Amino acid sequence: MALAANDLTQGQQFSAALVDDLKRTQIVQYAGASGDYNPLHTDEVFATKVAGYPTVFAHGMLTMGMTGRLLTDTFGDGRLTTFGGRFSSQVFPGDDLTATATVDRIRQEGDEWFADVSVSTTNQDGTEVFRGTATARLDA
Amino acid sequence: MAAERFPIEYGHVLMFARSIGDTNPIYSDEEYAKSTEVGGIIAPPTFVQASAQFNPDYGLRPHPDRPWHGSGKEPSGLRRPAPTSDGAAEGGGAKSDDAPTPPRGGGGSGLHAEQHYEYHRPLRVGDVLTATTRPGDTWEKEGRRAGKLVFSESVTEYRDEAGELVVTARSVGVRTERPVES
Repeated sequence: MALAANDLTQGQQFSAALVDDLKRTQIVQYAGASGDYNPLHTDEVFATKVAGYPTVFAHGMLTMGMTGRLLTDTFGDGRLTTFGGRFSSQVFPGDDLTATATVDRIRQEGDEWFADVSVSTTNQDGTEVFRGTATARLDA
Repeated sequence: MAAERFPIEYGHVLMFARSIGDTNPIYSDEEYAKSTEVGGIIAPPTFVQASAQFNPDYGLRPHPDRPWHGSGKEPSGLRRPAPTSDGAAEGGGAKSDDAPTPPRGGGGSGLHAEQHYEYHRPLRVGDVLTATTRPGDTWEKEGRRAGKLVFSESVTEYRDEAGELVVTARSVGVRTERPVES
């Protein structure tokens, strides 16, 4: 499942469709699982009439969670040593999200090999909604 | 995102993985997980965010004895928004441990700007963690779309029962003057 250092090359890219036509129900599902019931995500009336948004929007952490799937599917379970990023634009119901991971560097630290990766998640208009980095431990 | 006791439970990991659309059996199938390198069910990389469930004072969950800013009879359950209050920060921001506070009338509110994790080992079902949060830096920036932006950072350490670090989380929350139209 995990990748070996010599399976990878710098600049190599991996992509995955994360969600097609994001549903409000999935946002509510994430609210229930994460415990973050912020009405900006779960309450159309509040989000539009009180907060002034066009509709509810997804938790940034839902986007990051979905993006994490590309990394674990690519680099293996339990192989990430870091994962982080910035929420650059909002994700709304109906959005289609695609994530792309790019291998920036393959490096050795002692006996261990790591891949430094940048990751970008975009919506159907090509707008970036999440941009981050991760490090994955590789097989030697 | 403070929690004195954050038990990593099978059903919770299952429902969290479902909510992010991840069908990887490593998050639910004990037999499969035993056959893998990690040797048991682990949690998805962003799972510690769900420690909010174990924070007794978490402000972004309704509490029976407290007002809630979401809609009921009225668009907000808080009939008289306090003009000086902050929006409730999303996610692991420093503000999210406070009691719920109403957003400024019709204006911006707290949002999650950044999240960074450092993994010291895989997080496993059966682990019992403690989460301690300390505030980090605060800074301001003039935003293109949402007026003045106030950023605040918090760092949460998740430790196991032996006191060993499992995950370090750094969260940046932002408060905006106006709603962000993307």
